[in-house]
Amino acid sequence: MATLTTESRPVRYALTAVALVFLFLFLLLPLIGVFWEALHKGWQLYLAALVEPEALSAIRLTLIAAGIAVPLNLVFGVAAAWAIARFDFRGKSLLTTLIDLPFAVSPVVAGLMFILLFGANTVVGGWLQDHGLQVIFAVPGIVLATVFVTFPFVARELIPLMQSQGADEEQAAIVLGASGWQTFRKVTLPNIKWGLLYGVILTNARAMGEFGAVSVVSGHIRGETNTIPLHVEILYNEYNFVGAFACASLLALLALVTLLVKSLVEWRLHRQQQASTLRTAAARLQAQAAQP
Amino acid sequence: MSNILNLRHSVLPGFRLSFGITLFWLALIVLLPFAALVYSTVGMGWDGFAAAVGSPRVIAAIRLSFFTAGLSALINLVFGFLVAWVLVRYPFPGKRLVDALVDLPFALPTAVAGIALTTLYAPNGWIGQYLAPLGIKVSFTPLGIIVALTFIGLPFVVRTVQPVLEDLEKELEEAATCLGASRWDIFRRVIFPATLPSLITGGTMAFARATGEYGSVIFIAGNIPMVSEIAPLIIVSKLDQFDQQGATAVALVMLGISFVFLLLINLIQWWAARRHGAR
Repeated sequence: MATLTTESRPVRYALTAVALVFLFLFLLLPLIGVFWEALHKGWQLYLAALVEPEALSAIRLTLIAAGIAVPLNLVFGVAAAWAIARFDFRGKSLLTTLIDLPFAVSPVVAGLMFILLFGANTVVGGWLQDHGLQVIFAVPGIVLATVFVTFPFVARELIPLMQSQGADEEQAAIVLGASGWQTFRKVTLPNIKWGLLYGVILTNARAMGEFGAVSVVSGHIRGETNTIPLHVEILYNEYNFVGAFACASLLALLALVTLLVKSLVEWRLHRQQQASTLRTAAARLQAQAAQP
Repeated sequence: MSNILNLRHSVLPGFRLSFGITLFWLALIVLLPFAALVYSTVGMGWDGFAAAVGSPRVIAAIRLSFFTAGLSALINLVFGFLVAWVLVRYPFPGKRLVDALVDLPFALPTAVAGIALTTLYAPNGWIGQYLAPLGIKVSFTPLGIIVALTFIGLPFVVRTVQPVLEDLEKELEEAATCLGASRWDIFRRVIFPATLPSLITGGTMAFARATGEYGSVIFIAGNIPMVSEIAPLIIVSKLDQFDQQGATAVALVMLGISFVFLLLINLIQWWAARRHGAR
């Protein structure tokens, strides 16, 4: 049957070859390039570039920003998914659209909005500065920009997953007398854990790698308000290519881990779905057999 | 609250808490910054707006941003469809790895992509050294911008077209073959129309993302005013000169166009859903 709906062998091979060459040139080669540029002058230089004080301070700031942004957006994402996937209310699609908004905005514009809100010459920013809190060109601004650009990831991952799973199991738990919190921990969480993990990993990857939004609000103070991507930019513009690519390779490794987790999660979700389909089918057969 | 929202009754608890958290976080992180943008726009006035947006350098940058974004979206439509097609239809070794690799532009920070592509396409780079004798310069020209934007946009097209191709009913193709249609006819009249809505959606998403892209472009573009300077860079350089009003004006133009495209995506999805439902 397969011969009816596929192309001749030369066409198949040619199309596959063109697609693979395109992916090799556009995706794989840049990835290889990062590691090659970082390592081709030897391990010593590579490691030295990573442990110099400004690189360490950039790594620390990146970890701080991601360490704040990821948990906050995790809590928000779970709450949003619970409200949207488990209840019917007016304005739900508007709410979903608003959650997606940070995706539609250029990172640079995102940074600009925080300057307009918290810059030293604005009402809010001026007041905060008088009370000893500088937001723009300081760490709080970087954290805010990071939270903004990673805002939708967890919710976006969980909402379709929870919608497709349906609320039957949770409703059963509640009817059988479980408390809301028990239901969430023992029924919902095990069901969504893989999707949640992927959402968190994606949030983290974007949080650590964000460039445009963070660049606008950071002020580029070396050793103080530079994250890893900003440090990469500075080193690159100073023609310190080994240093730039060494720091970039950390982010590229993070990207590879992200892709790995994604494949793992997809595989687990696929198996979970297959298992639940089997279970439903088995239950239906049993019910049929029980009928006279 | 449940009255205003017309909440349908459910045995599940936790609506107030989860809805409250959602609304609070949304207001603080997304709506408040947007309000600041709107507020400073209102205070700007038409003359300030026109002066900031009307300069030749700004117009050239906006035009360049949309031109390169459009061209890269077209490239991604062709190659994204091809990649999705090969991934869905043809077996080859290492397919799962290739499939995972498609998401690389989502996972790789834009600045890393930017410096990697610039190095590859520089006249002495791995790819640039073969293009230089042909007289093709990529790094530090608009061509480089297109390369970076193609990199950024590829997964959008592949990941929207792929599930549609997977769900395509093979029976239709079998029937068409039995009725004497050639493979090309089937592609043109059965497969392509069915995937067209997803192609448009994916292409629009890649285009919208490309218009606002900053990190991957600024390294490879060379940023020559009137030649290879993109609109987001104009915003950044205006901010560097403490010209917040000018930056806001350019951002507004960009946001307006992004908004139009978001609207367009929704219209297309609505149109596709209606067409699909009518069948």
